Amino acid sequence: MTKGPVLYQKLETRNDSGFVMPMTITEKILALHSGRESVSPGDLIEANVDIALAHDVTGPIAIKMFHETGVPKVFDRKKVVLVADHFVPNKDIASAQQVKALREFAREQNLEFYFEGGEAGICHVILPEKGLVAPGQVIIGADSHTCTYGALGAFSTGVGSTDLAAVLATGEIWLKVPPTIQVTYTGARGPWVCGKDLILKTIGILGVDGAHYAALEYTGDAVKGMPMYQRFSMANMAIEAGAKNGIIEADKTTLNWLDGRLKSEPLILRSDPDARYEKCLTIDIGELEPQIAFPPSPANVRPLSACGNIPLDQVFIGSCTNGQIEDLRDAAAILKGKKTARGVRLIVIPGSPWIYGKAIEEGIIQIFLDAGAVIGPPCCGPCLGGHMGILAEGERAVSTTNRNFIGRMGHPKSEVYLANPHVAAASAVLGRIAGPDELR
Amino acid sequence: MNRINTIKGNVWTFGDNVDTDLIIPARYINVSEPSELARTCFIDIMPEFSSNVSPGDVLVAGRNFGCGSSREHAPLAIRESGIRVIIAKSFARIFYRNAFNIGLPLLESAEAADLLKSGDRVLVDLAAGRIERLETGKVFSARPIPDFMQTLIKDGGLVAHIRKRTKLGR
Repeated sequence: MTKGPVLYQKLETRNDSGFVMPMTITEKILALHSGRESVSPGDLIEANVDIALAHDVTGPIAIKMFHETGVPKVFDRKKVVLVADHFVPNKDIASAQQVKALREFAREQNLEFYFEGGEAGICHVILPEKGLVAPGQVIIGADSHTCTYGALGAFSTGVGSTDLAAVLATGEIWLKVPPTIQVTYTGARGPWVCGKDLILKTIGILGVDGAHYAALEYTGDAVKGMPMYQRFSMANMAIEAGAKNGIIEADKTTLNWLDGRLKSEPLILRSDPDARYEKCLTIDIGELEPQIAFPPSPANVRPLSACGNIPLDQVFIGSCTNGQIEDLRDAAAILKGKKTARGVRLIVIPGSPWIYGKAIEEGIIQIFLDAGAVIGPPCCGPCLGGHMGILAEGERAVSTTNRNFIGRMGHPKSEVYLANPHVAAASAVLGRIAGPDELR
Repeated sequence: MNRINTIKGNVWTFGDNVDTDLIIPARYINVSEPSELARTCFIDIMPEFSSNVSPGDVLVAGRNFGCGSSREHAPLAIRESGIRVIIAKSFARIFYRNAFNIGLPLLESAEAADLLKSGDRVLVDLAAGRIERLETGKVFSARPIPDFMQTLIKDGGLVAHIRKRTKLGR
């Protein structure tokens, strides 16, 4: 396993000046993966794929389409990752059939990385945790939140099942090089403000298609000083602004996080100072409050103080957006010694078995249990209204997830409010949307 | 390609930002058989859609159609319902790829999206990007389908395209 100092040295001695023209990180990664000296926005390229990902919802269709290509073997058995995470533990017969299709394909193709049962968690938590995704890579996943790995300085984007089938067959994907939108965050984060709030604010400004087809590059001191788990939240939700990918330059924080995990060499790339951007946006977060996205759109964002009295039936803490161990620590710090409000169901789902174990070890799970929470096994759970916490007609939930579309977590007449884990925890105690300051 | 070049059918209109959860909610994507998916297409916002839609019908929508999840179940459900083309002001990126990949063509026309109403009958010429409202003869023009997407349609979708390409040995 690669050690920290070696990686750090690599960062210091890196040389990405060998490009013939100024480019953004996204452009550099795509140029390197398509064998070109340079690429420009709008170029149609075929890029080599480092990791291809599918799960139990998108995998079965991808497998069927892969077989239809007539190609007998996947392009590389060590570069295809399958994770059963959406409807597991299998919620019904139909879901069990889907997972069975995934499992049989993994066996047939002798895939190195197939995660199910006690080894599985949310794919976007598992892949970084297991060191399967590295800075500078191209990762293509049949899941829209594949953009999460941009937090590590990788190009990663979501596709559908047929696109993924083509990747499985060829190891390549056709892509249009996206223009890059640079978002610079200045100022210091206030208390209870997370990466989640920065990205919700950004989506509120841009709108749900404001970064249509573009790369969203997050930079500025507020991002550079941000821990990895919050960077993951920011890259994760790039898709909610319509972006192709979200990306953050890998730095010491990235490499420290990857230390002891990474299975391949990181490639550290930076945007050139004179790279071309489609748009540059600066957001001062000095005065930013926690942000709440009201239903039915992640762009329908209000500051916490402008939410009014919104009584709740359920609070969910987890998902690929906020299911890391630090997210659980943030929530537990607020819930310690407190009880959820009468009539509020609190559901907590750790993002991976490792996180679950760590949360037990640190006493976090006991804090949740004492507060009256239900702890679910690592999976996507109620985020997409699959199982483990579906909302009834007229019910309202605060959720640390990424989407609050109509019917997203259950009945079409239920409502989902997106928030960070601090706010979710405080809201569970007070039974309405509220910040931790109200608990004092 | 000629088979799907000209489309005549009834219009079904939708608004802006129709997301994949509205096209087909997650509780119905534990199956992947297209005919089963078609039964729950738009079930939460237009429950009558699946039983009233006819083969050859045309879906018309506003901005950012198909935003959200990467679930290919969404374009599959629409295609299998009988819809032959979607006309919108714009499409979300993943949906756009998915639709062409499975042989469901998309056209972008803001004017058609603004002016066509549910129940209108239209004649759509895909190759020409021409949309005609049959009652009035009013013609709308769509942005031309990009060359690469036209190749995909011509080859019969991405899988057939790959099959052809790998056979040629590149």
